[in-house]
Amino acid sequence: MDLSSIKPALLLASLMIAATPVIYAAIGELVVERAGVLNLGVEGMMITGAICGFIAAVNTDSPMLGFMAAAVGGALLSLLFALLTQYALANQVASGLALTLFGLGVSSLLGQGYVGIKPPSTPKLDIPVLSDLPGIGTVLSAHDIMIYLGLLLVAAVWAVLKYTRIGLILRAVGENHDAAHALGYKVVRVRVLAIMFGGACAGLGGAYISLVRVPQWTEGMTAGVGWIALALVVFASWRAGRVLLGAWLFGGVTVLQLNLQAAGVAIPVEYLSMSPYLITIVVLVIMSSDKNKAPASLGKIFHASS
Amino acid sequence: MLRLEKRAQPSKQWAALAPVLAVLITMVVGGGLFALLGKNPFEVIRTIFWDPLFGEFAFYYRPQLLIKAGPLILIAIGLSLGFRAGIWNIGAEGQYIIGALCGAGVALTFYPLDAWFLFPMMILAGALGGWAWAMIPALLKVRFGTNEILVSLMLVYVAEKLLAAMALGPMRNPEGHGFPGSRNLQQYESAHNAELFTGSGLHWGGITALLAVICAYILLNRHILGFNIRLLGQAPRAARFAGVNPNRLTVFCLGISGALAGLAGMYEISGPSGQVSIDFNVGYGFTAIIVAFLGRLHPVGILLAGLLMALTYIGGEIAQSNMNLPAAAIQMFQGMMLFFLLAVDLMANYRLRLTRAEVS
Repeated sequence: MDLSSIKPALLLASLMIAATPVIYAAIGELVVERAGVLNLGVEGMMITGAICGFIAAVNTDSPMLGFMAAAVGGALLSLLFALLTQYALANQVASGLALTLFGLGVSSLLGQGYVGIKPPSTPKLDIPVLSDLPGIGTVLSAHDIMIYLGLLLVAAVWAVLKYTRIGLILRAVGENHDAAHALGYKVVRVRVLAIMFGGACAGLGGAYISLVRVPQWTEGMTAGVGWIALALVVFASWRAGRVLLGAWLFGGVTVLQLNLQAAGVAIPVEYLSMSPYLITIVVLVIMSSDKNKAPASLGKIFHASS
Repeated sequence: MLRLEKRAQPSKQWAALAPVLAVLITMVVGGGLFALLGKNPFEVIRTIFWDPLFGEFAFYYRPQLLIKAGPLILIAIGLSLGFRAGIWNIGAEGQYIIGALCGAGVALTFYPLDAWFLFPMMILAGALGGWAWAMIPALLKVRFGTNEILVSLMLVYVAEKLLAAMALGPMRNPEGHGFPGSRNLQQYESAHNAELFTGSGLHWGGITALLAVICAYILLNRHILGFNIRLLGQAPRAARFAGVNPNRLTVFCLGISGALAGLAGMYEISGPSGQVSIDFNVGYGFTAIIVAFLGRLHPVGILLAGLLMALTYIGGEIAQSNMNLPAAAIQMFQGMMLFFLLAVDLMANYRLRLTRAEVS
C-alpha cells in the first residue's frame, strides 16, 4: 500500500471531472422539482443522452455536436414523461420509473454497434491566468469546456431562480399550482418546459460520462449516477448553490475510492466501490432532518377542473 | 373541443380494461418498432406471445413460464402492498440479491450437510435477509424521514457490489479451480430447490408465489390491515383521523416486500440459477414494478401480469436466438407496456367531454 502516490492537487482536478455529470443532472432536476414535478427518470434520460451523444460524436467526429445531440435526446425522452404526467395526468413516481426502465432499454438498443469504439476526444481549455495560479492552478485549469459550462449553468440557474420574473413564475407554479393558475400562468406549459430543460441537462451529464469521463460506451454505464443526482437535490434543499457542494462531495468520494483502489489498500475493490452509494445514504439521512424545504406542490397532479 | 372531466369515482370498467388495452397498444407500437429494425412485425409478435405456449417447441418453453413468473409474482405482490399505501420500495432487486446470498450462505456454511431441515432454514434465512435489507430504508424513513425511494435504490447498487464480493471471496467454490462463483447448489441434494413435478417448471418458489397471492387477497379484502393500507394510500389525512399509524404501516409494507423479494432470490439461487455468481441478478426486481402496475396492484391481476411478463421474457429469448432480435428490444417492449398503461389510465379517472367553444 502506498498512499503517497495520491496527489491532492491531481485528486482535486479529477474530482472536478467526476462531479460534472452529477452537477448537470442535479441542476436540471432541481429546476424540474422547483416547478413542482418529481421526475424519477433521471437515470433513464442520462443513459439515453450518453448514447445519443456518443453516436453523434463518433459519426460527426465532433464532441460538441455530440453534446448537443445528447441534450436533444434527453429532452425528447423527458417529453414522454411530460406527456404522461402533464397531459395524461399519470402518477409521477410510476411514470418516472417507467422512463428509467424505458431509457435503459432504448439506450442499449441504440448502442448495439458502438461497443468498444473510442469517441473523439474533447479539447482541453488552457485558461492563461488560472493555470498560473500556484497550487490551485492544476485544479481549476486545463479542463474541457463542459466543466466550465456546468459551473456557469449552476450560477445561471441560481440567478434566474432568485432574480428574474421567469424564476418567480417557476417557483410560484411549484409552490402552489392552483394559485399560479388563478393568476393566469400556464402551469402545464411552464412544467413541460421545465421537464424538458431537466431532460436536456440529464442528457448532457450522461454524455459527459460516455464522451469524457470513461470515454467509451457500455450498457448501463451511468451506474446509478442519475439516482445520486436525485438524492443531491434533496441534499441541496432545492437550492442551486448547495448542488455544487453535494456534487463535489460525491465526486470526492468517488475519486478517493478509485485512488485507494489504485494505491492497493487492503480492502477488496467491491467494498470500496460501495462507498459513493453509502455516503449518499448517510448524507440523505443527515439532510432529511431539515424538512419542509421541498416545493409545496412537488409531485402533485395539476388539473384545472379540480 | 375535447375537455377532460374528473370522474367522481374511478371507472371500474376502464380500470379493468386499461391493462388489456395497454398490452394491445404495446403490440402495435412494438410491432412498428420491430419493423423499423427490419423484422417482420407479425412474426415477432407471434414468436413472443404464441410460440412459447403453442409453438413447435412449446414443451420445452412451457416450464420456463412458471420458473420466470414465480419470482416476478412473488416480488410484485410485496411491492403492490407498499404501492397501494404510497410507500415506494423500488429496491426489490437489492433485497432479492441479499435474500439469495443469505439462503446460499446457510447452505454453503453447512456443506455437505444432508438433512431435511436445511432447506427450511435456507427459506427462513432468505426471507430474513430480504426483510433486513428492506428494514434499512424503512427505519430511516420512520426515524429520520429519509426518502425511501432513494435509499432503497442506492442499496441495490450496494447489494450488487456485495454479491460480487461474495462470489469472488468468501463464497467462492474451494474446488472451483479459482473460477469466480460458489458451489452449485443444484448438485447439493438437501439444498436444491428442485422441480416438484418433472417438466412442469414448478418449484417451491411457484408454490410460495401462489400462497402469497391468496394471502394478499385475503389481507386486502378481508382484513383491517389491508383496509388501512388502502386508506393510507387514498386518503392519508382520513387515515390519520381513523387512527392509522403510518410509521407502523411503512415498516410493515417495506418488511413484507423485502421478505418476499428475499424469498424469490433464495428460491432462484437454490433452483434455476444454482450458483452465487456476479451476474446472478437479471432485473426481476425492476420488472416486478411493471408487473405490479400492470396487475393493477391487485393480487389476481398480478398473477396474470406476472405470467404475461414471463411470456415476454421467454418469447424475447426465442426471438433473440431465432430472429436475431436484440435483447434490449424486449426490455424496451416491457418498458413501453408500463408507459401505455399509465397513459390509458387517464380514462379510468377522467372522462372525455365534447364541448362547444364558448366565448367567455
